[in-house]
Amino acid sequence: MGRYILRRLLVAIPTLIVISFIIYAVLALSPIDPLSAFGADPRVPPEVRENIRRSLGLDQPWPIRYVKWFTALIQGDLGYSFMSHSPVIGLIVQRLPNTLAVVGVAYVIGVLIALPVGMISAVKRYSLVDQVATTFAFIGFSTPTFFTGLLLIIIFSVNLHWLPFIYNSNLKIEDLGSFLQQVKQSIMPITVLGLFDAAVLTRYVRSEMLEHLPLDYVRTARSKGLRERAVILSHVLRNSLIPVVTLIALGVPAVFAGAIVTEQIFRVPGIGEMLVRAIFDGDIPVVAAVVFLFSVLVVSFNLVADVLYAVLDPRIKYT
Amino acid sequence: MAAPATQLSGPAALSAFSRPARSLWGDAWHQFRRHRLAMAGLVSLIFLVVATLLGPYVWTVSTSEIDFTQSLLGPGFAHPFGTDDLGRDLLARAMSGGRVSIAVGVSAVLLAITLGTTIGSLAGYFGKLDNPLMRLTDVFLSLPVLPLLLVIIYLFKDTLRQLFGAEAGVFIMIVSVIGILNWMPVARLVRASFLSLKQKEFVEAARAIGDPDMRIIIKHILPNVLSPVLVAATIGVGNAILTESTLSFLGLGFPPDVPTWGRLLFDAQNYLDFAPHWALFPGLCIFVTVLSINFIGDGLRDALDPRKSS
Repeated sequence: MGRYILRRLLVAIPTLIVISFIIYAVLALSPIDPLSAFGADPRVPPEVRENIRRSLGLDQPWPIRYVKWFTALIQGDLGYSFMSHSPVIGLIVQRLPNTLAVVGVAYVIGVLIALPVGMISAVKRYSLVDQVATTFAFIGFSTPTFFTGLLLIIIFSVNLHWLPFIYNSNLKIEDLGSFLQQVKQSIMPITVLGLFDAAVLTRYVRSEMLEHLPLDYVRTARSKGLRERAVILSHVLRNSLIPVVTLIALGVPAVFAGAIVTEQIFRVPGIGEMLVRAIFDGDIPVVAAVVFLFSVLVVSFNLVADVLYAVLDPRIKYT
Repeated sequence: MAAPATQLSGPAALSAFSRPARSLWGDAWHQFRRHRLAMAGLVSLIFLVVATLLGPYVWTVSTSEIDFTQSLLGPGFAHPFGTDDLGRDLLARAMSGGRVSIAVGVSAVLLAITLGTTIGSLAGYFGKLDNPLMRLTDVFLSLPVLPLLLVIIYLFKDTLRQLFGAEAGVFIMIVSVIGILNWMPVARLVRASFLSLKQKEFVEAARAIGDPDMRIIIKHILPNVLSPVLVAATIGVGNAILTESTLSFLGLGFPPDVPTWGRLLFDAQNYLDFAPHWALFPGLCIFVTVLSINFIGDGLRDALDPRKSS
C-alpha cells in the first residue's frame, strides 16, 4: 500500500510540472501584451515602458521566464499582481476562505441529500419516490447554475425581498445579528451549488446501489434471515459506497470550477471571482497562479480518490 | 440476434409466430420507445431544433432592430418573449441564438468524439502506443477545464476574430477549445472496449484472412464500440451547450451581436428587477434543451445496453 501511494505521488508531480508548463505556455504565447494596461496610457513614454518591461523580466524569452516562475512557485512565491501590486499569494489567502465557506458547505449539503435519496431511489426502484427523485436529479444537473442563481434572485430578492441580492464581503461576524446576516447572504449561493451537487451525486449513489443489489452476497445475506434494513445498510450500502467515495473526491475540483460561476452571479469575493476579474484585467500573474491552483486541486483530488479506493477496497491488491 | 430460434421452427410455425425481422438498431428503437421520458425528450428536442432552424422564417421580426419605445416590455402578443433594453424582440433573438448554441454543442462533440475515438482505438489496438497515449490522456484529464477555457478564449479571441471574422472566429475557437478539452472520457471508453475486443475470435479470424490493421480497426472493431460512444456523445452535446452558455454568461463567449442563450442571460442579469422575462426565456431554452438531451442519453443507454435486452 505504501509503495502504491508513493508511486501515485511520483506520477502526480511530473503531471503537475507538465500542466504548469502548458498554462505558462498558453499565457506566454498569447498575442495579448501583459503591459497593455500601461500601453493604453499615452502619458507613459516608450522608453519608460521598455524599462518596466525589463524590470519585470519580460524582455527574456518565455522558456527562461517559465523556469524562473516555476522555481519561485515551488518556493511559495507566486509573484505580484499587476493591478494591486501586492503579492498574489496574499490575495489568494485573503479570498480562499470565502470560496471554501460557500463551496464546502454546499458540497456537504449535496452529499447529505444525495446519500439517502439515492439509496431509497435504488431500493424502491421504479416506485413513485424513485421517479420523483430521478426527475429532480435530471432537472438538477440539466439546469445551468447561473440560471438557477438568477431564478433565486428573481424570486427571493426581487419579488419577496427576503434575501440580499449581493454578497457583502465586509460583513464581520460579531454578534447574533451579523451572524444571521451572514447566513442570509450565504443561503442562495450555497443552495445553487448544493442542489447541483446533490443531483449529480444522487445518480451516482443510485446506480452504484443498483449494481450491487442483484449480487449473490445480497441474496446470501437475505437467506441468512437478516432483516432488509441490515441487508441494505450494512451490506449493500457499505459496498456501494466504495466507488461513491472516490467519485465524491473526484468531484471536488469540478465543484470549485462551478464556484467560478456562482461567485460571479452573487458577487462573492472568492478565488473564482478573482480569476474572472484577473482575466479581464490581463493580470497575468494572478491568472497563472489561480489556474495552477485549480490544477493542483484536480491532481491532488485524483490522488486522494485513487488512494481512498485502494484503502477502502481490500479486494484489489496494489503493488 | 434471434436468428437461431427462428431457424429451428418449421415454416408453418414460423408464419404463426412471425413478426417482421428487426435489426440491431430496430431493436434499440423498440426499447427506446418504451422509455417515456426519453421519448418526451426526443419530441421536445426535435421541436426546439425545428423552431430554431425554421422559426426565423415564420417569425420574421428582426433580431437587431432597435426601438426604444418598445424597450423592456413583458411577454405579450407583439413580442411573445418580451423585449430587451433596446426594444429588440427576444423571441427572434432566442431563436437565432439557439441555432448558434446547438451548433456549438454538436460541432464540439463531433470534434471530441473524433479525437477520442482515434486516440482510444490507437491506444487500445497498438500495445506500443498504449502507454504514451494514456499518459497524454491523464495529463489532459488533470487540466482544470473551465479556468483554462476562460483564459484561452480571452487571450486568443482577438487573433481569431481578425483571421475569420467576428462570428466565425469565435465559433471556431469555442468549438475547438471545448472539443480539445473534452475528448478524454471517450478515449478511455474506446480504449477499454478495444482491449477486450481485440482478443475476440472474430478479430483473430479477420487477421487470419490477412486484413490489414486499419481495416480491422475500422471495419471489425469500431462498429462494436459505437453504442457506448453514441451515448457519451449524446450526453456530451448537453454538456457542451452548458459550457458554451457558461462562457457566454461570463462575458467570454460570443460577441453581443450574436445572441446565444448564455449571452442573453449575461445581458439580462442587470435587469432582473425590471425585466425578469429577459432572463427567464433564454434560461428555459437552455434548460429544456439540456434536459431533453440528458433524457435521450438515458434512454439510449438503456436501449443499447445488451445486458438489459430480454
